[in-house]
Amino acid sequence: MSKPCLATVWLDGCSGCHMSFLDMDERLIDLAEKVEVVYSPLVDGKDFPEMADITLVEGAVSSAEDLEKIKHIRQHTRILVSLGDCAVTANVPSMRNVLEVDKMLREVYLEQVAGQPQIPNQVVPALLPQARPVHEVVKVDVFVPGCPPPADAIYFLLTELLEGRQPDLSALTRFGK
Amino acid sequence: MSTTVRIKTLKIDGHDIGAREDETIMAVARQNGIVIPALCHVEGLAAVGACRMCLVEMKNSPRLLPACITRVEEGMDLTTNSERLIKYRRRILELLFSERNHVCAVCVSNGHCELQNMAQSLGMTHVNVPYLYPRLPVDASHDRFVVDHNRCILCTRCVRVCDEIEGAHTWDLMGRGIGVRVITDLNQPWGESESCTGCGKCVNVCPTGALVEKGKSVAEMMKQRQFLPYLTLMREEQR
Repeated sequence: MSKPCLATVWLDGCSGCHMSFLDMDERLIDLAEKVEVVYSPLVDGKDFPEMADITLVEGAVSSAEDLEKIKHIRQHTRILVSLGDCAVTANVPSMRNVLEVDKMLREVYLEQVAGQPQIPNQVVPALLPQARPVHEVVKVDVFVPGCPPPADAIYFLLTELLEGRQPDLSALTRFGK
Repeated sequence: MSTTVRIKTLKIDGHDIGAREDETIMAVARQNGIVIPALCHVEGLAAVGACRMCLVEMKNSPRLLPACITRVEEGMDLTTNSERLIKYRRRILELLFSERNHVCAVCVSNGHCELQNMAQSLGMTHVNVPYLYPRLPVDASHDRFVVDHNRCILCTRCVRVCDEIEGAHTWDLMGRGIGVRVITDLNQPWGESESCTGCGKCVNVCPTGALVEKGKSVAEMMKQRQFLPYLTLMREEQR
């Protein structure tokens, strides 16, 4: 029997949640026996698989690319997990939400630079008007607050989900932790 | 004048309880080891029933009662912790989180915040209503303190402690509805306030990171509240 497929994705976040994932240390070996990591910044798979059993999403939905990515991933994931405060609340990326995107880009790239003033419009995806939590854009099945959620919480989350249970993480993590 | 106080008998969460008629449900519950959550209520200050976290159910009544400002009555049969109450409390919390910018990760009160603790104790893992992301100021004009409106939940503890205990009444409220803000004097910068004595009581009663001491790190910004009931008691005796 093939192992369940695990994917992780990094939207507008600092990668702290992925660092916390790596912080599971030797438990990663246990986990590697139970799941196959099919797509992640931590592995080399280039395309999202046809269907992932669990996808952990780090980061807020901030750009056109984030939006497209998360919609695609939602369609190809059984259990979508908002991992960490940026995914759950938009957290630090949302601090720019009080500013107007056009005005902000003009100030940063045109008005406050000495040479070659230009707003990047190639390769870099366009910013959405506001950074938003993942569940405001697509349906999320499990929420894991924390900045970042501790490795213990991530391990508990994954082992519970793999056993087919809905994890209660209230004792292991909270907003800002 | 007679000072006789009657005793009322009631039930809280199935326990038979006797209480003085001038006591609130909240006070009686706490005396009997029953914890009713609250954000605006703090021991030593007048109760205002602003946050609505302490709503309780009364048998045969369709209305929920705010425990901090409702006095006990004979024969009350109260429930303080039902599924319905938890659902309402969680929704109130979600509204508080969505109304301002509570970015816990970059807050000096992270780890010592009553709002954050409440979210965890009520199992609030996310906010179901859209965040508003209002543009709000931070006033750091005071020599020693900062007010960050992004983190204010309008509990009015600062307003009450300044008025009732310090006697300065530097703090007050301005505006209506979602536009309400705490202000110092007549909405002047805190640093220019002539009435502020710099006592710091407002900072210490603030449940969140809205009022903090300048230069304190996350681990250092612990609020001290144990002095309040003592000060209140002393004031009462002097009157």
